[in-house]
Amino acid sequence: MKPGHGEVLLAEGDRDVREDEQLLIEEFRRQLDEGMWAAVPTERPGSGRREAQMVRDYGEIPPEAQRVIFFPRASGG
Amino acid sequence: MLALLTAAVMVTALTAFLLGPAVVARLRARRRRRVEASPHAFDPGRERRAEQRARQLLRSCVNDFEWAMYRDLGFIRVEGRRLPDAPGGDEGPAPYAYLIYPHKPIVAYVPESGRLLSEYCVSFPDLTGGRTRLPASDDVLAKWMALTSDEARVIGRANMHLVGRQHDPGHVRRDIWRLSEWERLGAADLGARAA
Repeated sequence: MKPGHGEVLLAEGDRDVREDEQLLIEEFRRQLDEGMWAAVPTERPGSGRREAQMVRDYGEIPPEAQRVIFFPRASGG
Repeated sequence: MLALLTAAVMVTALTAFLLGPAVVARLRARRRRRVEASPHAFDPGRERRAEQRARQLLRSCVNDFEWAMYRDLGFIRVEGRRLPDAPGGDEGPAPYAYLIYPHKPIVAYVPESGRLLSEYCVSFPDLTGGRTRLPASDDVLAKWMALTSDEARVIGRANMHLVGRQHDPGHVRRDIWRLSEWERLGAADLGARAA
């Protein structure tokens, strides 16, 4: 999510392909270095309840995740 | 002397008449270039498209119930954390809940009584130093993700006030009533459809 623009696609690829994964890791780190927060939308099995999982490291991304959403870190308004 | 003044006025008027359109055109071109060069120039089309994309993204992240709530009422309720020994466990009634509004503070309240607790002012600033802000639905999604993933962190960063600083308490109470009516009618509708 980018202020003034909304959703912007940063990178996409197959995590099982080495070159793609390298690209995804670099973009992930770049976003976190810029101060963004990263979250993965998830669904709690059985209940249908949805929530987000904050990820601070590329390795924390659940294997089944289809996307990671980056958004500016929260601050007191 | 009078003749000299008259001649000067006539020369000035003639010059303005001849060069006026060219000067105006140059000024307009300069202004256009300046607007196009500005990265934060207001573009209603871009903002509208950004909001449409944001709504689609929000819809893909929250469940159908929350999406319908936002579409119909303009806010989303997120239930607060339950204590480990709370009756009903994870599926029991939440002791408190939040209302997420776009570009307004998050409101905490007690669902059982409707009592307003506090408002949490939180924003997601443009880290590039610009003055733009997230589209409304992205702002809601960012709050939703932050609250559902790490409630303590986002609440810890927010500025807390009693309800009334930015929200009209009467308006929030009406929203809570609207939400209860919406849920009652929605439940009735679901029942009718199931029947």
